[in-house]
Amino acid sequence: MATGEDSYYITLCKNPVRFEPVSKANNVFFDDANKQVFAVRSGGAMGVVMKGPEEKTMASFRMEDRGDIISIKFSPDKRILAAQRSIKTVEFLNFQEDLSVEQQEYSQSCKGKTTEVRGFVWSSPNEIVLITSSGLEHYQVIPEKRTLKSLKSLSLQVNWYVWLSSSGLLLVSSGTLGNTLHPFQFRQPGVMTRLAKFEVDLPVIPKPQKLCLLDRDVTIAEIYDQLYIVILRHPPSAASGAEIVLYQLQKESPARKSDVLKLDMSGRFAINVVDNLVMVHHQASKTSVIFDIKLEAKSDGYVNYHYPVLSPLGIRPFKLLLPSVNMQAGTDKTEYNCELYSANWIVFQPDIVIDAKLGCLWTLQMNLNPLVTMIPDKDRLIQFLLYRTDSKGVVLSVCAQMLVPGSQASLQSLARVYDMLNLSYKQYLTTESQVMNGELASGSSSKRVVVDQSDMFTHVFSVFEEYKDIKYKFMVAVLIEYIRSLNQFGIPVQHYLYELIINILVHNNCFYQLHQFLQYHVLSDSKPLACLMLSLESVYPPAHQLALDMLKRIQTANEEIIEVLLSKQQLLPALRFIRSVGIVDTVSSRKFLEAALSTEDSRIFYTVFKFFEHRNQKLRTNPRFQTGEHCEDYVKHFEKTFGQDALMPIPTFQ
Amino acid sequence: MSGGQASLLHFYVFNTEYGPKEGEEHKKILFFHPPDVDIDTQVKRIGLSEAVTRFAATFSDKPCQSMHTQQTRQVFFEPEPCFWMVMSVSIPFKEKVKDGQTVTEYRDDHVQDSVFECILRQAYKMFKLFNGTFTTILMRADGNVDSLKQRLEHFYSKYLLTLKLPQGDILDVFNGITFLPLDKNTYLRIQCFINTLEATFPFIKYTSFLYNEKLVWSGLEQEDMRIMYRYLTASLFPTYLEQELQGGHSRQPSGFGHYGKFMTGPPDLSDDKNMGKVPRVYVNTEELDEECYLIVYTALSATICLLVNVKSPMNVALCRKLDAVLGPQMSKLASDIGEQYSKRVAALNTADPVFKYLYFNHMNLAQQTTVHIDLQKRSGVNIPLDILRLLGDINADLTRDNEDGETMVKTTSDYWVVGKKSEQREFYVVINQRSANLIEINDEVKRLCNTYLNSIFFLD
Repeated sequence: MATGEDSYYITLCKNPVRFEPVSKANNVFFDDANKQVFAVRSGGAMGVVMKGPEEKTMASFRMEDRGDIISIKFSPDKRILAAQRSIKTVEFLNFQEDLSVEQQEYSQSCKGKTTEVRGFVWSSPNEIVLITSSGLEHYQVIPEKRTLKSLKSLSLQVNWYVWLSSSGLLLVSSGTLGNTLHPFQFRQPGVMTRLAKFEVDLPVIPKPQKLCLLDRDVTIAEIYDQLYIVILRHPPSAASGAEIVLYQLQKESPARKSDVLKLDMSGRFAINVVDNLVMVHHQASKTSVIFDIKLEAKSDGYVNYHYPVLSPLGIRPFKLLLPSVNMQAGTDKTEYNCELYSANWIVFQPDIVIDAKLGCLWTLQMNLNPLVTMIPDKDRLIQFLLYRTDSKGVVLSVCAQMLVPGSQASLQSLARVYDMLNLSYKQYLTTESQVMNGELASGSSSKRVVVDQSDMFTHVFSVFEEYKDIKYKFMVAVLIEYIRSLNQFGIPVQHYLYELIINILVHNNCFYQLHQFLQYHVLSDSKPLACLMLSLESVYPPAHQLALDMLKRIQTANEEIIEVLLSKQQLLPALRFIRSVGIVDTVSSRKFLEAALSTEDSRIFYTVFKFFEHRNQKLRTNPRFQTGEHCEDYVKHFEKTFGQDALMPIPTFQ
Repeated sequence: MSGGQASLLHFYVFNTEYGPKEGEEHKKILFFHPPDVDIDTQVKRIGLSEAVTRFAATFSDKPCQSMHTQQTRQVFFEPEPCFWMVMSVSIPFKEKVKDGQTVTEYRDDHVQDSVFECILRQAYKMFKLFNGTFTTILMRADGNVDSLKQRLEHFYSKYLLTLKLPQGDILDVFNGITFLPLDKNTYLRIQCFINTLEATFPFIKYTSFLYNEKLVWSGLEQEDMRIMYRYLTASLFPTYLEQELQGGHSRQPSGFGHYGKFMTGPPDLSDDKNMGKVPRVYVNTEELDEECYLIVYTALSATICLLVNVKSPMNVALCRKLDAVLGPQMSKLASDIGEQYSKRVAALNTADPVFKYLYFNHMNLAQQTTVHIDLQKRSGVNIPLDILRLLGDINADLTRDNEDGETMVKTTSDYWVVGKKSEQREFYVVINQRSANLIEINDEVKRLCNTYLNSIFFLD
């Protein structure tokens, strides 16, 4: 396998957040809700440095050293800092907008004498939930008054908890085995919603019973807009592999076991969710695998069983520039190859990896390009790519590649790929129109990749121009396949696609094919298409009829029809046409007379002239042409040819 | 009283360049029907035809088309330089007793030049479809006239037996194609199916798709398709159907879960030695006189014609592969089209029209008729024969001037017949409405045009 940049599909972000590594004097905390790292020196007395995911979010302040900190977290708006130093209380510190600290702390103890605080989470900017050994305590923090107001408390035996801040979901473990899980949701301020509890099935139940579902094996993940409880299940024996069980959270009923991800390995694992992919890192083999629960899977009717999308592969090596220890080398920085899958690594949801010893925080990213060669099945590849966020470029290049001689895909495969593209294209169009009609709030259109007709035209079908050795039959078949797919999803086809197919057919003299397509309205009617057909009349006479039919069907193209007929000197048909559509009173007489004169057929000229005399008579009770009509020359010509007496007499009234 | 219908008297092919010397005139003869005519009579007939055409040529740039006599009608056609084809038919007659005497009344007007000229042309084109042009045959045989004679003999001895001259009418003049009305999505599916088929089996050069004897797609050029369509609908399909009814092709519901079978090609796919009868046809779509196998496959009412250049190998094993792909897909397409088709037919039948119409478009050869009960004229026509002939006459009139126009006729039998021509399209309506006047009929036809021809540019 190639060892270049592009042979790894999982990468660590280029610019990790750097912080002071863990040491005797420096403790490091990570708040995954706000993605903030806290480096706390000597209990805060020597300073606390907070760094956020973005460069600019950084704060540094001092706190009184009143014992070792267990946990430290900012409120979502960074105006209140909560820190836990004992198992009974959580302390608070207000911050100004510029992140300068007010020195006066206030605190909240948990209820009950024997109760211990297991931890706390910020459920909204001013609300905090204490998770204690005997339940939940929901408080409103009032910073101005430096007090907390109890909103609600709930008794429950608690082993441990997991929190996913982005979804406001708190999961509490209860019971001797720890496998009874209680989800609570915090969506609106002041409201705690208790969802149905559920039990996680365990591979073996130890005797005597003891806690055997641990928080390190449980994560909450949002995958494809659905909340899942992700459980890592260790194999009962080393012979079988571990697996990951996904419980989909339900609104009304207990969470449902929906998916099982087969790992075929055992040992220590860490789980992330990146771009809706479940990413599982295996420390022993220093490899990772990815799962996509939307890809086709085996199902037993209840649960889908998934295997990794690809065979296990490591994360792309990461080089860090560090200040040089060896000053004599002349350079002030040296490259340092970070140890991947190090024992110092800790992962956080959804996509965070922290090396506390190194002082690095990375986010994980997917690099889609290498997958193009790694997933040879194009249907699967495109399907996989379409589910990713930033994949449009890759999708287009794969689609283009499928047309290039040498790597040409079969029409069946192209058909399936186009159907996939157009399915999401259609969904996008539907959402868009719902937003337009106010049925949906804007922004509700998902971030999914949409490949529309202009993308296909510019980036995919353009290979027809680049590669002259593609057979025209293939090009036509591909375009027809694409048009079929668009039609199947009820998406109106853009004119440029028709133009492309017509040009290919015309260049290869396939006029009869073109004729049949038009006959069955494969190429939808439009004025530009009609004009294109008119231009083909010299090479293919029936195109004239096709064009006129099309203009007739468009119904708003009367002017164009008249132009066509007059240009072919078909004066009488033109007159019959304007009569049939009832526009005799409005057409320009000059235009008709001019065309009639150019036929050099005096009978025709006479007829047309008389026709308009009658019109004038009917409109204005006077057969003469008005000056605005600019018909003087033709009247003169008429008089010269047929004599003044031939003019219709002006009626006289008495 | 007795009478006679129009029947074939003679049919011959000759070349004016052959046997120029006196006493060698018989060399001009390439084919002569009936075969039992002695050689002297043959020579005389050909001599007369040649004389007539030569004589007529001195008066007009256009070649002589027909010769009328009291009892016969001769039509001439020069399909290739110096090759002439002549057909003569008897004029129908009736014997009447008038004043105690038997009088034979010949109905010259019952034989229409336009119709018989087209029948003769068609006879040539059908020969060409299966044999190539006269010139090509001679070229391939290094100028050996005997091979051409053999081919003509072989072909026409059977073909002439199938001619149904008394049934000749305006449809033979149009010699059009009936297209299947189909929605865009189904049509595109068929298109994609054919494209995929041709990509999977590159030896298939051209493909045509029909449903219920109606054309859906032709990969052949229009003129090739026109004659091929004629062959399929007038000869192959009816013959096959007949054999089918007699249980000839009872391929048992093939455990493959589809209804497909070869109409031409191996009758039994498990028999590697029997390719069955596969016609060879000559088409001119990509090159002149390209010889191809015509493999016809059918499933339910759908039929697909695959043309394979004779240079490509063709065997039962390949047909098995074709069957595996065609069978399921054709069956599916056929049942989907069928669903749509029956809805359309049902919709048409609900409105029982008091009129009959006939439509033809010269540009795409599309024809439609409610005048004929079925396209193969197996069940006759819906209007009296004299009205049918009138349609032919109006058509001949409109064709002669080659200009758009309209003719309205009220017959003695109180039928109104209207013929219109606009932009290469012809539309004929027969209305049986005794009391109607010209204005009412005019309005009625306008209304019909609006209903039936509203999507095309057809001027009133």
